Formats: sequence, C-alpha cells, structure tokens
Amino acid sequence: MNFIYHLHPKRLPKETIRFTHTWGLGGMAALLFVMQVMTGLLLRFKYIPHPANAYDSTLAIQNNVLFGQFIRNIHYWSGTFLLIVVFLHLLRTFFTRAYRPPRHFNWLLGIGLLLSVIFSNFTGYLLPWDQLSYWAITVSTSMLNYFPVGGDWLVEFIRGGKEVGAQTLLTFYTFHTGILPGTIIVLMVYHFWRVRRAGGVVIPRNGDKKTLVDAVPNLLSIEIATGLALIAAILLISILFDAPLLDRANPVASPNPARAPWYFAGIQELEIHFHPFFGVFVIPLLLLSALILIPFYPSDSESSGIWFYSEKGKKLAIMTVIFSVAATFIMILVDDYFIKDALLNIGLPPIISNGLFPFLFVVIIIMLYYFFIRSRFKASKNELLLSLFVLISSSFVVLTLVNIFLRGEAMGLVF
Amino acid sequence: MSSHSNDTGKSRRNFLKKLFIGFGALIAAEAAALFLSFVGKSKKEELNAKNAKYLPVGKIEDFQVSSVTPFRAGRFYLVRLADGGFLALSIVCPHLGCSVSWNEKEGDFVCPCHASKFNINGAVLNPPAARPLDTYPVRIENKVVQVSTSEAIKRKSISTIPVVYPES
Repeated sequence: MNFIYHLHPKRLPKETIRFTHTWGLGGMAALLFVMQVMTGLLLRFKYIPHPANAYDSTLAIQNNVLFGQFIRNIHYWSGTFLLIVVFLHLLRTFFTRAYRPPRHFNWLLGIGLLLSVIFSNFTGYLLPWDQLSYWAITVSTSMLNYFPVGGDWLVEFIRGGKEVGAQTLLTFYTFHTGILPGTIIVLMVYHFWRVRRAGGVVIPRNGDKKTLVDAVPNLLSIEIATGLALIAAILLISILFDAPLLDRANPVASPNPARAPWYFAGIQELEIHFHPFFGVFVIPLLLLSALILIPFYPSDSESSGIWFYSEKGKKLAIMTVIFSVAATFIMILVDDYFIKDALLNIGLPPIISNGLFPFLFVVIIIMLYYFFIRSRFKASKNELLLSLFVLISSSFVVLTLVNIFLRGEAMGLVF
Repeated sequence: MSSHSNDTGKSRRNFLKKLFIGFGALIAAEAAALFLSFVGKSKKEELNAKNAKYLPVGKIEDFQVSSVTPFRAGRFYLVRLADGGFLALSIVCPHLGCSVSWNEKEGDFVCPCHASKFNINGAVLNPPAARPLDTYPVRIENKVVQVSTSEAIKRKSISTIPVVYPES
C-alpha cells in the first residue's frame, strides 16, 4: 500500500482518472518494461553472446528449454508492444498539449526514454545472430558513415572493428542487458516523479478540478484491469505467434529483400529516396530536433488537456492526414518510377541531384502547406504546430507502411 | 578582524569548490576515456589488418570474357570485361553495406536493401548509392589471377576503373 502512495497521491481529480483521458499508456509502458526485465533475465541464463554460439543458443532456448520459446515470444512481443505504446504515449502527450510548462522538462525525459526504448529494441535485434539481425545491424551501423564529421570512426567504434562481428555482438549485448535497462530505470523513476511534481496528469482547461476521489480503489482498480488485460493480450499473442528467427547469419549474402525492423522501415524507405547524407543525417536530425523543441514553440494560449486543442484543430488534423497520406504516396511512386534516375543523369554530384533537390522539394511543399493553412483557415499558432506535426508524422507512417507492405524483391515496388 | 577572517573563509571555500569541480571533471574524463577504450576496437586487430597479401583466385583461362564470378568468402566479384581485362569489385554496396548480387539476365549488380543498381564496371545505374562499387587490387603472375582483399579501394567517380590486362 505504501508503494502505491509513492506513485499516486491519496486523492486526485475525478476528471483525470477516466481511462480515455490518458489511455493508461504510461502505466502500460512501465508494466511492459517490467515484463521485459523478467523474461530478459530468464533468457540471459541460456543465451551466449558470441557469433559462434549465439544462434545455436537461441535455438536451444526455443527447443531444449521448458517454455523457452514461449518466454522468448513474450520478450519479443512485449518489446514490440513497448515501442508501440511509447509512440502512442508521445502522440497522446502531443495532442493533449501535456508538454506545456510545467511539464516541458518531462517531455524531454520522455524523448530520452523513447530513444532508450528504440535502442534497446535495436540492440536486442542483433542478439539472435540470424540473417535479419546481421544485415539490419550492418545497414544501420553503416548509416553513421554519412555523418559529416568522424563518421568512419564512429562506425568502427560501435562495431568494435571494421565489420559486424564478435566485438559488435558483445557490445550490443552489454548495452541491451545492462546500460540501456539501467538508463531506462533511472529516467523512468525521474519521469514518474516529474508527473507527481506537476500535480498529476494534465487536467483539461475547463475540467472539473474540484471533485476529488480516493486513488484506492478508484484509480487502482482501473490500473489493475488495464494491466491484466495487457498481460493477457501479450500472453495470447505469444502463444499464437512465434518470434521470428531466420537462417543463421551469413556475412557474405544479404537476404533479398533485406528489411529493417518495422520501426526503422520508415527510415529505410527514406534511404531509398534521398542521398544518404540527407536520408541518414539531415532529415532524422531535423526531425529529432523538432521533436525536442516542441514544448518551446511559441504558443498563443495555454490549453493543456484538450484533445486536438480545438474544433478547428480537429478539422485541420483530419484534413492534414488526408493531404499527407495522398501527397507522400504519390511522391513515392513518382520518385521511384521517374524522378530518381532522371536526377542522377543530370550529371551533378549525387549529394546535390539526389539529396539537396528532393529535400528542398519536400521542404517547399511543407512550407506551402503551412502558409496555405495559415491564410486560408486563419489557424492559430497552436493549430499550425498541430497541423505540421500531423503532416510530418502521418507522412512517416505512410513511408513505413509502403516499405513494409509494398516492397518486394530488391526493394522494388510490388502491388 | 572579523571581516578579514570571513574573506579568507570565503576564498578558501571558493578554492575548495573549484578544486572539487576540477577533480570531478577529471574523474568524469577518466571514466569517459575508459569507456571509450573498452567499447571501441582493440589495437591488436589493426596490426593484423595491415598484412596485405595477394591470393591466387584462378588461371586466366578459367574466366570467360564478359563474365562475373563471385568469390563469396573473399567478398568480391571477379569481373572479366568484354575486352579481356580483369576487375575485382567488392560485394559490399557502397550505400549502406549490404551485399550486392549479380543479375545475369539484366547484366547489373543489385542491392537488396535500398534498390541501388550498378553496371559491370561498378558504376551507379540507380541511386541511392552515391559512389561506384569499391575495388580490390588485381595482379596477374604466371597467368594466374591474384587479388588482394586486405583493403577495399574507394572510388569517388567511375572515371577510375582499375582494370588489369593479361599480357598476350
């Protein structure tokens, strides 16, 4: 009981414990993390982090250990769910503007947690040492080559050598089972504490702040129900679907097509369309900076707690999704079939013709859309930020889906 | 008198504070250096990599004109061009490091990761690859083709095709 009162105040506004107010996503993430640690520790007893043994020990876990496959499945699926849940948590925080002061610092902690979760998933990806692992890590570590300063050094540093090998596996293992979980625990505790310090989760602008209810049992029962439902869902999926394991890693032959993990599929699609300096460095860095700066954009009225800020905001969001999905899809098609090769053939350095030109084109489209929304709909600053966020994030979703579902052999488009 | 002792107390406190910060920074730097030396590659490996050696891959007549022979273990393709010259192309896509495969029907190298394509000289036919396939040094001794795979040679543009011709 004492522990519960560490997390929750004794009494809190009734308005804030409604499930659809936060969808319980932060709590779900915490629960999934606990499941990761528990299953991860079990796997750690049997897994051997060396290229000669990694694949066999993974097979041994699946075949020779009681419930080995099941535990690996739970680890895999709760990891996947964790990523989805933290992405959704970010969306919820954004669309209810819960990142405004006094919660702006917690937004940054949240981004730290998001990155830690992504890197946890990414480092875990290498461990089974199958074809998927090997080539996904080869590609993503190669990306660092395109950093303008110290790229080559960075690649060799992370790999612990020229190529993905024994040192890479050990490094990733150490991060996956030590450094990253440790970082997550520290950040998570801090993250929770900042929620308490901000006076609990965000309360809608016109919400009823006066009606208080006891945390136990009102909040606790909702949390237990959500947690149990989530655990049940993970167990069910883990019974039905096995975690993938391809052939043993073969450093001389990539599978065809070679796919990134699904959460990097959007980035992989980006690499197909842009010169790597832009696809690897400029665009991801811009997006990450924009994400970090969100709480610090000028705001015309404080309005935390309302989904989509206003009726107009909601309307603009829907319109923007439609525009973004259509525009991104058309641009992918046109680029694949006509533009890419034509640009290469104009004879300029590829960084200009296949990097700068398409990049500027996209920037111009975003700017035109921004000015269109501002003049045509008289959108306020908050609504403009919302529209831009929706524009870019749904475009990214389209990139991800196209890469996963519409690309076949040699990463060509298939319908 | 009292103000004097206060002043020395203050400057002593300042001095100690700076000292602590200095030591703190030193400890942080040492910890960081230690971390970097442990995570990165060890030195021994670098020494081994420097032993450049040519390895025989086959006799000249083993390779037909206009053919591409994969040497998977050496991670290169031995190309014999239409004019009889030899060229060793790295299997590694210069874009993001996947292994390219030779498509006999189309006569091009294809990368399965991001759809880059290269012609038989290794020149880019399809982006996103931004430079030609890397090459390895080839030499011919006693009618035996030899390739050194210790270090791939990067080419900025296709203007350099390091083809080696057998003496006829």
